[in-house]
Amino acid sequence: MRKSIKLGVSAALAVAITATAGFAENIKIAFIDPLSGPFATTGTNGLAEWTFAADELVNKQGGVLGGTNFEVVAFDNKMSGKESLVQLQVAIDQGIRFIAQGNSSGIAGAITEAVNKHNRRNPDDRVLFINYSAVDPALTNDNCNFWHFRFDANADIKMDALTDVMAQDDGIEKVYLIGQDYSFGKAVAAAAVRDLGNKRPDVEIVGNELHPIGKVKDFTPYARKIVASGANAVITGNWGSDMVGLGKAIIDSGFDGPIYTYYAASNGITRTFGADGKGTIRLVAEGAINPPASDRAAAYVEAFEAKYPDHDISQARIANAVEMLAKAIDEAGSADDVVKIAYALEGMEHDSIWGGKLYMRPQDHQMIQNVHIQQHTDDGVTFPLDNSEYGLVVESTVEMAAMDSPTTCKMDKP
Amino acid sequence: MDLFFVNIIDGLVFGLLLFMLSSGLTLIFSMMGVLNFAHASFYMLGAYFAYQISTVLGLGFLAGLIVAPIIVGIAGAGIERYGLRRVHQYGHVPELIFTFGLALLVQEVVKLFWGQNQVPYAEPAWLDFALFNIGENSIEAYKVFMILISMLIFGGLLYILTKTRIGMIIQAALSYPKTVEALGHNVPMVFMGVFGVGTALAGVAGVIAGPALGTFPGMAFTLGSIVFVTIVVGGLGSLWGALAASLLIGWITTFAAAYNFEFKTILLALGMEEPALIWDSKLRDLWTLTLPQIGPILPYVLMVAILVFRPQGLMGKREA
Amino acid sequence: MRMLMPWIVGAIVLLVLPIFFGGRSQLTIMSQMSITVVFALAYNMLLGQGGMLSFGHAVYMGMGSFLCLHVMNMSSFGSFPLPLLPLLGGVFGLLFAIIIGSFSTRSAGTVFAMISLGIGELMAALVLIVTVFFGGEEGISGYRDEGLPFFGIEFISNLEVYYLIAIWMFIAVALMYLFSRTPVGRMANAVRDNPERAEFLGYSARRVRFVSFAVSGFFCGVAGGLSAILFEIATESDLNVTASGVILLVAFLGGIGFFWGPIIGAVVFTLLQTVLGLQTHLWELYLGVVFVGMVMFFPAGLSGIIMAHVPAAKMGKLGTLVGPYLTCVLPGILGGLGLAALIEMIFHVRSGAEGEHHMVLFWIDFSTHDVLPWLVALAVAVIGIGLAVRNAPNFKAAWENASTLPEAA
Repeated sequence: MRKSIKLGVSAALAVAITATAGFAENIKIAFIDPLSGPFATTGTNGLAEWTFAADELVNKQGGVLGGTNFEVVAFDNKMSGKESLVQLQVAIDQGIRFIAQGNSSGIAGAITEAVNKHNRRNPDDRVLFINYSAVDPALTNDNCNFWHFRFDANADIKMDALTDVMAQDDGIEKVYLIGQDYSFGKAVAAAAVRDLGNKRPDVEIVGNELHPIGKVKDFTPYARKIVASGANAVITGNWGSDMVGLGKAIIDSGFDGPIYTYYAASNGITRTFGADGKGTIRLVAEGAINPPASDRAAAYVEAFEAKYPDHDISQARIANAVEMLAKAIDEAGSADDVVKIAYALEGMEHDSIWGGKLYMRPQDHQMIQNVHIQQHTDDGVTFPLDNSEYGLVVESTVEMAAMDSPTTCKMDKP
Repeated sequence: MDLFFVNIIDGLVFGLLLFMLSSGLTLIFSMMGVLNFAHASFYMLGAYFAYQISTVLGLGFLAGLIVAPIIVGIAGAGIERYGLRRVHQYGHVPELIFTFGLALLVQEVVKLFWGQNQVPYAEPAWLDFALFNIGENSIEAYKVFMILISMLIFGGLLYILTKTRIGMIIQAALSYPKTVEALGHNVPMVFMGVFGVGTALAGVAGVIAGPALGTFPGMAFTLGSIVFVTIVVGGLGSLWGALAASLLIGWITTFAAAYNFEFKTILLALGMEEPALIWDSKLRDLWTLTLPQIGPILPYVLMVAILVFRPQGLMGKREA
Repeated sequence: MRMLMPWIVGAIVLLVLPIFFGGRSQLTIMSQMSITVVFALAYNMLLGQGGMLSFGHAVYMGMGSFLCLHVMNMSSFGSFPLPLLPLLGGVFGLLFAIIIGSFSTRSAGTVFAMISLGIGELMAALVLIVTVFFGGEEGISGYRDEGLPFFGIEFISNLEVYYLIAIWMFIAVALMYLFSRTPVGRMANAVRDNPERAEFLGYSARRVRFVSFAVSGFFCGVAGGLSAILFEIATESDLNVTASGVILLVAFLGGIGFFWGPIIGAVVFTLLQTVLGLQTHLWELYLGVVFVGMVMFFPAGLSGIIMAHVPAAKMGKLGTLVGPYLTCVLPGILGGLGLAALIEMIFHVRSGAEGEHHMVLFWIDFSTHDVLPWLVALAVAVIGIGLAVRNAPNFKAAWENASTLPEAA
């Protein structure tokens, strides 16, 4: 063991800072997400996808700027806002310029705010925030800033696409909205009411309710209400064990209509739903792996599954983010001048590995892309999830969803 | 009206589940004065062991139902013998922190062995059908099975405690441990036995709740503090109190989740006028609040109220 | 003068630390540590000095934090000097503690503990429901540098913030120490140990508990204000039951029997969490092991271990302990590290990528698919723990010999 113990505190603090330093030549991306605690699965899965994408899509293609590699450095934020801010500073102190985060819009809000403050106070070492998964619309509306780029479709865009598809289905007459009681759950419900009202005024919203997040032990009473309301479709933004609990309770209570969800797949959810979820669980998301868009996409997923048998490509946008960041760095001709890189990313168009076009809208830094409604099934699944037979298969696609949607974003550009 | 009956049944299922946890906890508390924070962890272990036995090893649901609680009980007794008994001499706070740390540890060990994700521990196929329908809602056979098992356990427990010799000794050891010891009974042994049985009961609860409520590393945490609420509300050390409080809390949470009562009605009844732009109102949270939003915290309100106005609980004889 | 020495040394250490650790993140971690120190000491006013076990104490810190952020967001914040902000947090914590304490401190023991748990759960739930004040799960954020410049300092850099927090921490610790010396502070001990007797002497146990609770609430609020300055954000996770549980562990780790115990606890815990968290994803597992081991074998905490050496040192027998330490404690620690290495390797094999055998542990590079590393780790674990167990009786004997007066001397 290295003998560097001068003072207990000093050594430990020094370790904290120098632990991951040492590969100065790589372009580093700080991955700040939960790697321990109850949300660690989502975090470790995301980390695997980031590491794999950086290796496969950049490093193996010759790197950027004529040979520099990407390196993803992991920081565990323990799903806490404050811990994220500490880790953000550790990352910045290590000279990292690119911050990737996605789990929880609350934490994304804290980071985007902190990045904005940091860049204002320290113009010499500014950083970019690559938001790959947090979908609260506010991040690209009222709370937007120049340093934040969102690669996922936000909650409003997904709802816009979802209701486009639902509007075609004449069988849907009564819809029940249920979600977790926090900003995202409320955003989903509000968007559903607004969009359904516009597109299908005849559809009756028979229930619109929120339940406390992570506190409900038994979802049966909620499910009973849904069945009793006579609804023939349910929309929910629930995730994690709240999603499994709600979905299972609804199905067990005898409901057989579609349950439209945002996050009912992967991380054990697909496996738990199994046969029960077939025919009811639907999911709205960007990026889809079934059916594979191209041979390249299929090879990519295959290689990923071979390397990480316990993980899934559940956040297809990560590959987009890595490719577009590499392209922007090449365009800017520098990995340090983040203002230039940000301008390169703004308005960038790109052909996604998952098929379709990508467009980073310059006015709010929201990615515009194809959004799919997918079905939980075991029919025609090339790449199942959770090492089960079940996976998601695209049912319908909305191209360049919500391309012209309005934004309230007013960003100061340097 | 249909929905009302369905809710009665669902509340009963959840209440009886709580009772299986709280009955063990209340016995342990009244005997040793230990607030066992790790009690719900044994519930989780029950579910995971049963998953391992029934699904991974493929021995079937019944094997899990019988074997898993026994393992949990033995583990519980071992922890009492080699952990808790040692810490007991330092006083109540270290004891409590021991169970606190144990809860943390069990959760981490479970993650290490079974991973972070929910595991596919499901109802057995022979109980996975709709037994009957009330209105459009179907009542699963499994729910009825849960009710029967809990009733059986309550009956058994009551019989042992009131009608058998060992039950008499336990009851006596509760109140006069020194006297019982002087009469030649091995009180530490009784303590260990009670702890083992209490944790085994929690294990049974885990085995049968795992398929219904999900088997994941956070399952102990979500249920942990509500069990305390139950025994405090019911009165520490009272088995009947634990039953009453469990059912009460089961029904409160079920009915609060089932009825979309809006607080707007109260505000309107008070003669207030609904603001046109609700999102600019200072009271917007009250105007939009519904009962299901606060359902899961109602038990805590109940507990604080009970502690302030009737510290001995619903049926307890002594102060908490 | 002897009494003042620790304070002077402490002040100098706080003053010069940034010279050695000037990085932004290092300053932040040290500031965070200082805040935890204030919070842990305030918590220990109840637990250690008053014998009251609270499961919802993060509420008072969190409330202070939220209030301070609301002050930061006021339009008149520009005419308010930032260094005074924690005082407002303290006042708010105090008010809130007075309200809750008015009924929760009626009795000690389980009733108090359970009420605190209930209040903790209620407040955490309210944060997500009452979005007007708490801002939902995103919380409330603000800008510390919008306050009135304080002698030209705008508190933009982390260094300025560190000094501000360190000074506040110093003052708060000194005040809490002085409080423990006041008659009320002394009576808190008496009420903890024997409430009946204290009542008999004419002191209302309930009033003593109430005063301790309120004062503790004040300092929690101060810690909350400091946290608002450092992070410029307050969220639900600041006052939920987990946060309350953590501070209980922090205080206990340091030792609740001595005034300065929680200080050690706060420093060690922050380091464990931050540094260990960077090194391994299993830090919570190790934390759990440390706590269970701690409470089983050293219930007096780290400060208790340190203080246990004082009698031996006074009798000049510390030297006789070196041998037993080398033969028992050192192998025990090494064995523990070996065990940890085994767990890490199992975890790596189970959750690592396919074909990714390469692993770095304790600065050593190796492949998890070789036999040798497993053998080494296993051997270190078995031999280390074996030695420790074998030599434990010797250690105990030496320890007893060192800390007792020689017979018939």
